[in-house]
Amino acid sequence: MTSLLEARSIGKTFRSSGFFRRTSNVALADFSLSIDEGKPILTAIAGESGSGKTTLTRLLLGIIEPTDGAIHYRGTDLRAMNHAQKRQFRQEVQAIFQDPFEVYNPFYKVDHVLRTPLAKFGLAASEADARRQMEAALEKVGLRPEETLGRYPHQLSGGQRQRIMIARALMLNPKIIIADEPVSMVDASLRATILESLLTLHQEFGISLIYVTHDLTTAYQLCNDIYILYRGSIAESGDVTEVIKDPKHPYTQLLVGSIPLPNPDQRWGADQPTPKTMRSAAASGCLFADRCPYVMDRCLASVPPMIALSPTRGAACFLYDDDHAAHSTRDGVQQHSR
Amino acid sequence: MSDLTLKVDNLHVHFPTPAGVVKAVNGVTFTLRQRERLGLVGESGSGKTTTALALMRLLAPPARIPHGSMILDGVDLLALSEEKMRQARFAEISMVPQGAMNSLNPVMRIRSQFVELFQAHGQFTSSSDIDARIASLLEQVGLNPSVAGMFPHELSGGMKQRVCIAMAVALRPKVIIADEPTSALDVVVQRQVMETLGRVQEALGATVILVGHDMGLMAQFVDRIGVMYAGRLVEVGPVRTIFRTPKHPYTQMLIASIPTLEQKKLFKGIPGVAPSLLNPPSGCPFHVRCDQRLEHCSRIVPDSIALSPDHWVACHLYPKEEHHDQPA
Ligand SMILES: Nc1ncnc2c1ncn2[C@@H]1O[C@H](COP(=O)(O)OP(=O)(O)O)[C@@H](O)[C@H]1O
Ligand SMILES: Nc1ncnc2c1ncn2[C@@H]1O[C@H](COP(=O)(O)OP(=O)(O)O)[C@@H](O)[C@H]1O
Ligand SMILES: [Mg+2]
Ligand SMILES: [Mg+2]
Repeated sequence: MTSLLEARSIGKTFRSSGFFRRTSNVALADFSLSIDEGKPILTAIAGESGSGKTTLTRLLLGIIEPTDGAIHYRGTDLRAMNHAQKRQFRQEVQAIFQDPFEVYNPFYKVDHVLRTPLAKFGLAASEADARRQMEAALEKVGLRPEETLGRYPHQLSGGQRQRIMIARALMLNPKIIIADEPVSMVDASLRATILESLLTLHQEFGISLIYVTHDLTTAYQLCNDIYILYRGSIAESGDVTEVIKDPKHPYTQLLVGSIPLPNPDQRWGADQPTPKTMRSAAASGCLFADRCPYVMDRCLASVPPMIALSPTRGAACFLYDDDHAAHSTRDGVQQHSR
Repeated sequence: MSDLTLKVDNLHVHFPTPAGVVKAVNGVTFTLRQRERLGLVGESGSGKTTTALALMRLLAPPARIPHGSMILDGVDLLALSEEKMRQARFAEISMVPQGAMNSLNPVMRIRSQFVELFQAHGQFTSSSDIDARIASLLEQVGLNPSVAGMFPHELSGGMKQRVCIAMAVALRPKVIIADEPTSALDVVVQRQVMETLGRVQEALGATVILVGHDMGLMAQFVDRIGVMYAGRLVEVGPVRTIFRTPKHPYTQMLIASIPTLEQKKLFKGIPGVAPSLLNPPSGCPFHVRCDQRLEHCSRIVPDSIALSPDHWVACHLYPKEEHHDQPA
């Protein structure tokens, strides 16, 4: 099986050097992911703001370069691709961003954002062919071409604009779509329609989808597996149902417990332990130590490695270290039954 | 007097624009009891913020309130002079505005912003009194009193939002309006901020209007929900009734569209787009998108009727004769 996109232990450290102080900010550390041809994935990357999600998106799209590790597309390092390879990468890996309005030029009709990529990649044989492809793509995301084409961006809703972006990505016949917070700027009631469009792309056209979000509920609904990022590092990863229904890492537990459930009879995180706030995170230890209700001495001394809980599941937490297995079942992580 | 705090009756708000009059609020009626928490929900552009600003009388000209009344504890807010209304703001009715954390003055320390607020309301106490008061307000919202000496940029989003809540309650108002108070915050901080708001409200015995479109937040926080569509309240009822047995077809679609942890890979969006408030459709504003529309829905605007004393709906599916005519 050939690997399409492969991130090998990538990391990104932003360094700024001023006169008086030099700061370095590890936005992402040791992240790996592989997408194989013919085995499309439906993966969520979740975490709070500042956890490194957009940095990861931009790395995977080749917009910025990693400071550690490497990203390969069809076997070639993104930094070493020739012109033809770059072109193929740009066509096959598509991005959808948070604010669809930013992509549009207010003076052009929305047709423009659809026609430009067709021209750029020489995908349309004629004007009529371009029109046909645009209409087909719009229909695939549930838009009526006659209500969409010929309009200006401000004449459409945020949800419609975002679906046009999805249609645009779709026309290029991509292998992979990376969507960074695609629904966080649209109304809750429109989110469903957009997420459904994304799911359709995966199910009907076999496109791999990386869904980047701070919203665990939609990650759960849409995806098969998930990575939970905390301050640039993976806290937990695995099957999305397992991770969200039975979170193991204390950070994932905190996130899941904070979801406001749309059910007046199910009270907000009634079972949340309060974090021990008196310990401050040591530079050498677990990044979550200062907020963790179960913090132990060793958490301040060293960074917990990713510990395999099952073949498909891992948590970077000493509670699950073999030496501490007894501890974790005794008074450690409680089971959430939601 | 009963325990009614606020009675809003047939409120209309118009924005004259070059293209015509935007009828942003179209006959909104509701009452609020003391200590109650009302959620105003609806898609963006449905008139939630405009309703909130009208209650505060903070709409900038040329906006107009052509009809309606807003009675707060027996006082008609629309009849107050500009000066009396200025005094009533913060003291009687206050607001945590949408994007509140950006409303703090960036070049003033938090302490000075409180002092300015107190002075604007004629409260000139000694400096040590003021400091004690600010410290207790900050503690009430879970902040360290040392925050008073900081500038807004030194605070995180959640901390700034808490400062805004502290300012909104500083003069012990009867009604607190919170317009999407947590939409820019992460889920963990969101929960902390909402819990803070709830605690402060209970301590004050105030009434809260929570504006937003996150139904999860509503389920967790409010007692009653008002659903807005195209500037109208199309359904008002207790939170459990709205979630379990929504009656208006729009509310039904809204509830069905909420993502939950109960179902996977099943999305139920609301088809169509929100109507223009410049040229609203005739009849019921929702008829264009409604899957249960009747023949006369496109012609006649449905009146709001009571299905039970606490549950109101404006929809032709629920004919008037069968129900009570007046609120209990
Ligand atoms: N261009 C940049 N220069 C310096 N720091 C950056 C840059 N982009 C992001 N960061 C930092 O990297 C961290 C992760 O940011 P980001 O990837 O945007 O997170 P998220 O998308 O999860 O909110 C943050 O601390 C942010 O300040
Ligand atoms: N100052 C204004 N001038 C003209 N139209 C306005 C103004 N403010 C709001 N509107 C319009 O009024 C309607 C309701 O807006 P708003 O109350 O902000 O809705 P919501 O808070 O529910 O998103 C929208 O159609 C909006 O475009
Ligand atoms: Mg981001
Ligand atoms: Mg608003």
